[in-house]
Formats: sequence, structure tokens, C-alpha cells
Amino acid sequence: MEILDHISKHLRLGDDEMVLSLTKRAIARNIHPKTILDDGLISGMNVVGELFRKHEIFLPDVLMSAKAMYAGMDQLKPLFLKGGIPGRGKVVIGTVKGDLHDLGKSLVGIMLKGVGFEVIDLGKDVAPEKFIETAVREDAKVIGMSALLTTTMPMMKTVIDLLRQKNLRGKIKTIIGGAPITKAYADEIGADAYGFDAARSVECVNALLSD
Amino acid sequence: MKPILERLRSGEVLVADGAMGTMLFRRGLQPGDCPEAFNLTHPEILEEIASLYLRAGADIIQTNTFGGSPLKLSNYRLEAQTDRINRIAVSFVKKAAGGRAYVSGSCGPSGEMLKPYGTLEEETMSESFEAQISVLIDAGVDIICVETMTDLREASLAVRAAKSVSLSTPVMATMTFDRIPKGYYTIMGVSIEQAVGGLTEAGADIIGSNCGHGIDTMVEIARLMKKISGKPIIIQSNAGLPAQKGNEIVYPESPAYFAGKVVELIEAGVSIIGGCCGTTPEHIAAVRKAVDSIARVNN
Repeated sequence: MEILDHISKHLRLGDDEMVLSLTKRAIARNIHPKTILDDGLISGMNVVGELFRKHEIFLPDVLMSAKAMYAGMDQLKPLFLKGGIPGRGKVVIGTVKGDLHDLGKSLVGIMLKGVGFEVIDLGKDVAPEKFIETAVREDAKVIGMSALLTTTMPMMKTVIDLLRQKNLRGKIKTIIGGAPITKAYADEIGADAYGFDAARSVECVNALLSD
Repeated sequence: MKPILERLRSGEVLVADGAMGTMLFRRGLQPGDCPEAFNLTHPEILEEIASLYLRAGADIIQTNTFGGSPLKLSNYRLEAQTDRINRIAVSFVKKAAGGRAYVSGSCGPSGEMLKPYGTLEEETMSESFEAQISVLIDAGVDIICVETMTDLREASLAVRAAKSVSLSTPVMATMTFDRIPKGYYTIMGVSIEQAVGGLTEAGADIIGSNCGHGIDTMVEIARLMKKISGKPIIIQSNAGLPAQKGNEIVYPESPAYFAGKVVELIEAGVSIIGGCCGTTPEHIAAVRKAVDSIARVNN
């Protein structure tokens, strides 16, 4: 549908006002909210992720697109609640203790929300216990951890070890990501998944929850 | 000591110090701790690190105040300690330097994003930089170093804040570039041309690059900067990109490798050579030796 392509295009351009009004127009045309989300907002965000990965755009562009994504999602959210579309489960995310870089993690949060997960974003500098307490209390099945610093990435291992001690490993799955993180590191510390980038993290969380 | 800019104008190449964080981690700083909180609890360590770099031959020694702006310190609820944290950092480096090296007041990013990307107003950011820099200057630094910047607006605000506190205190400003297929850009999309233009316009006396991918890329960055600027250039490179080895973080570039690039940096027109993450007093000692041997040949 043409209007969805427009949403996607203006999201890519970071034009939150256009995304807002186009989303409203799409809703008024009775296009299913899930279709607007998938083929408008998320497809636009996927392109943004790809362009960023290829260094064709920079961080400011991504941030403006994320803003536009929120503008559209705010319109869709009440419809999802009303329509009773079942949630896809809860995910607890955060940047590990000692690390104050939360941009990548926030992007993952946006994308996860975009595909229908309930996301509990604990922010940055999150203590290991807090990840676990929150996941248990909220009955979340996945903990997502981010680190930008090589000095803070060992905190991810601390969280996973703590899960193991509490016999929660397997019941609560873990996914890790961030600039210094590699698949090898994820395997080494026993994370259940490695999020190469925001888009792939969403795929991984999907896979973890369907296991 | 002669004013630093005068020495640079006469063509002298100065050596700056190496990493602070790397040194602090080896002295008990835990991941997650505020590095600047060490100033309150372990000031004697600041003096020790400064002495090590002085002995290695550094002409310029930096304070442990990279995250010393109230905005950044507020992440640890330490913003009320801005004055003490910055003042102690300067006084212990000064003590160690004893007039034999310039004391450079480090000023890193605020950790926040300006509108429209983030929530911060330019004025709030300026005030934060000014609050930190006015303490650094009052405590007696010889030069201010605005460093590891990726957003040109933020870098410019910091430089202007320094100049508004004191016009006579020299300012160096360095940005961190990634090498991508179309050239060198910061993650915020600032090119080398834009950085040189913007930092110069803001009033920086010395411009350059720090952190980054390693010393090889820094040679290229320096050449590109020198081509379009008459300002003295400072390069403070990482010892390459860090890798995890068991529980330890290792940087690949050895002191010998690092110092091996000094000749190219000087040929590229660099006036100040120092180190960033992963460099140690051994790296700086090797750089010192290389700089001195080139100076001897030229004389």
C-alpha cells in the first residue's frame, strides 16, 4: 500500500510530524494496526538499521528516525490495547553496571516494542541483581544486556552466573550485544543468544521465545 | 616554563602522556566505579600516575577529570562534588609535575545528547562545561583539553566555555573518528573538514584527534588535518582496538610499534604526540625517545 511506503520513507527521513499524520491517515482508512506497524514503521526502521550498519547514515539520523517511530507507535498503541492483540511476552533490557551507554540498547527496545513485545527498559548502569529481580517479578522470559565498554562486558557473565546459581538459567534466557561483544564471547559466557545489531536482536528474541 | 603555544610555534614537538583509565584499572578501579571519584578517595594515585608519565618523558600531563563535568558526574550523584573532584585532580598533578611539565585539564563529553537528538538544551550543556572548566583553570592548569568528542556542537560548546572562562588559557580540542568506506567520520557524522572548521571557529588553539582505531589511522587523520589547517595538531592515539583475553582487556600495539609511527606523525606535521586508551608509561617513554632522536637529526 502506498501510504505504508510513505510512512516507511518519512520514518527513514526522521520526519516525526509526517509519520504521525500519515499513521493517523492509515488508521482512518481502516488499515489493520499490525499492518501499519509491520509494513510502515518497522520496515522503515529496518532500512534505517541497514543504512547505519553500512555507514551511509550516522547516529543523529537513527535517533531522528527512532523519534518518528515513537510518534507513529503512540497512535497505534491504544488500538493494540483495544483490539486485545495478545502480547508476545516480556523482555527486560538494560546496559550493564558501570556502563552509561544506552543508545544501542534503547534502539533494540524500540524495535522489540515495535514487534509487539512488552519491554521493561531498566536504563543504564544496571546492577546484576536488578536484571534478575525484575525478570522474576515481571515474569519476563528474556533478559537483554548491552555493553559498549570492554571493561564492563564481564558484568554480563556475572548476570549469567547469577542466573545459574539461582537455577534460573534456561527459564530466563539471555541475549547480549554491544560494540565489543562477539558471538564467541556470548558462547564463552553462556549467553543464549548474540544480538549482532538491533534488527537481528529482535529476530533472536523471537527465536528464544519460540524455543 | 615557556608558554606552550610559543614552543609549538618555534617548531618544537611535545610529548603528551598516555592513558589514565588503563592506569586506574590497574590500581583497583572497578568497572562501574566513577573514575573521577578516585580523586576524592585515592589522590595519591593521581600523583603516582603523573610521576610515572613525567619520568617517561611527557611534557604535558593530563588531569583525571575526563568525566568531571557536573552533567557527567550526576550519573554517579557526584555533581555536588564537581569543585573538589576537579581541584584535587589538578593539585596532585601539579605537585608531581613540579613545573617540569604542563598540566592539562581534561574535559570529556557530557554523556548527554543535545536537542533534537536528545533532550539537552545547548545552554545546559554550556553551563556544565563552564562549571568544570572554571575550577580547572582556577586550580591552575596550563591548558584545557576538550577530548574524545564526536558531536561538533558539543565540542564547540566546550571550547567556547573554556574561552569564556579565560581567554588566555590555551585550549586543545580533539575528536574521535571512525574509518568508514567514504573516509573518516565521527559516529555523529562529523567529517575531518567539518571538525577542523568548527573547532577553529570555536576558538581552539590546537586541534587534533584522540582515541580511535590505532596509530596507523592517526597518521592519515593528521595528514588530512594539516592539509587544511595551520593550527598545531595533537594526536593521542589508542594502542589499537581493545580485545578481550580471558578476564583481561588487551591492546595490540606495543610501545615499539607505537613509537615506530612517530616519524610519520612528525612528517605529517603533528606538534604534540601522546596516547589514549591502552597506552602506558612504556609507550610514552618510547615516543619520547623517538621524538628526541628525530629532533637531534634535524638540528
